[in-house]
Amino acid sequence: MSSALPTPEQSGADPTVVLGAPEIARALTRIAHEILERNKGGADLVLLGIPTRGLPLAQRLGAKLVEVEPTLDLATLVGSLDVTMYRDDLAQHPTRTIGATDLPGTGIDGKVVVLVDDVLFSGRTIRAALDAISDLGRPRAVQLAALVDRGHRELPIRADFVGKNLPTSTTERVRVLLEETDGRDAVLIEGAR
Amino acid sequence: MKHLLSTGSLSHADAVRILDTAGQMAATQAREIKKLPTLRGRTVVNLFFEDSTRTRISFETAAKRLSADVINFSAKGSSVSKGESLKDTALTLQAMGADAVVIRHHASGAPHTLAHSGWTNGAVINAGDGTHQHPTQALLDAYTLRRHLTGPGDPSGRDLAGLRVAIVGDVLHSRVARSNVQLLHTLGAEVTLVAPPTLLPVGVESWPAEVSYHLDEVVDTKPDAIMMLRVQRERMSSAGGGFFPSPLEYTRGYGLDARRLAAMPDHAIVLHPGPMNRGLEISADAADSPRAVIVEQVANGVAVRMAVLYLLLAGNETTTNETKVDA
Repeated sequence: MSSALPTPEQSGADPTVVLGAPEIARALTRIAHEILERNKGGADLVLLGIPTRGLPLAQRLGAKLVEVEPTLDLATLVGSLDVTMYRDDLAQHPTRTIGATDLPGTGIDGKVVVLVDDVLFSGRTIRAALDAISDLGRPRAVQLAALVDRGHRELPIRADFVGKNLPTSTTERVRVLLEETDGRDAVLIEGAR
Repeated sequence: MKHLLSTGSLSHADAVRILDTAGQMAATQAREIKKLPTLRGRTVVNLFFEDSTRTRISFETAAKRLSADVINFSAKGSSVSKGESLKDTALTLQAMGADAVVIRHHASGAPHTLAHSGWTNGAVINAGDGTHQHPTQALLDAYTLRRHLTGPGDPSGRDLAGLRVAIVGDVLHSRVARSNVQLLHTLGAEVTLVAPPTLLPVGVESWPAEVSYHLDEVVDTKPDAIMMLRVQRERMSSAGGGFFPSPLEYTRGYGLDARRLAAMPDHAIVLHPGPMNRGLEISADAADSPRAVIVEQVANGVAVRMAVLYLLLAGNETTTNETKVDA
């Protein structure tokens, strides 16, 4: 999906950088503390990142949780959840490549699952993720962390933990770049084309 | 990709993509709930003009695991046995709204005709036509080879470069051999065909494969995998064409037994598309050996067919890629 997106150079309008690397790091540190505060510690937590960019974000959040609570084990804390096969818009797009779903060995039954994604927009990805989770087990609770909430929800879904609320128009595009996938950390808004 | 008719038309990137998708599908089949909602509301018709329990069940399982509706249409006891033509059958299925037609036919080229005739708008998947092609079998063989022989770790993205595979048996009548030679060549493997001269087709020297008449010599070259083809007993009688004199002679020359298996390298695996003739092309020792992956091939077949159905049916290649990030 992301490989088919035009690069900023091709899209014409100059992108505006709204978050840089230090801001992203600070937002993730705050979210990590909020997760621990809300759940009264890290016991029974599982962070599930939604590929592509939710996964490195979940790994970074997991590392920060372990920094704060060293008793946590990073290996059983973070997993990935691919939602491609649960999407409701498959027929409106060219065929999407299916990503990997990789749950921690301890499973998700009875756990508190925190879904991690880069941008919260229509809410449809999260709806698909909730369906995917219900096929994989029965967590005690599901929470949602998003680096950017850009509004324009089409479903009754909201995030529990937000890095940055970003009011946008629907014609604008929000792009999250991460070191692991794109070589640098930044959140960009690109104007209407 | 609109149809899957032949492995010859698959590019290297297409083939690797199908195998990677099959890997993700296989992962979902290890779950407690195996069903996925991906193809909800789509209809897959299994149109089988030739008896085939395994391939039909495999396609049926794959479609049902993706929540598609499955209609089984077998020629026996249907309008086809009353003389209906392929065209009229296809028009009937089109009127019923088939999104994909999985076709097995005794005539080589029937799936191609169906795909290019305009009789149906659905995707056409070749499930074996005459002595021509059986692409999903070759894909599941390639998937099995990649899982076992391309080293440890996640095999996603890899091809079969450098692997040496021997395909042994009735190459002349085998659509499995034809599909495999093309696909394995595309993926970078070196294929050696082993058969008596009577069971090799005219023009085999132009195929991208080595040809040998002696199994023992090929086993001594230490291939990474050996694929045994089914030999039909009726082919040895003069009425069936007289391709070889007796079953015993065939087994001596071209059967895989414990001695030949022991001469293979330790990592080598044994494949067979099934159904097996124990005692003819493969001995019970070889078929039940831990190096035989024949049962695993069946499980991989479901994952590969799920991948093919997903790639042909889930997306819409006619829409331009939307540039919004709908997260």
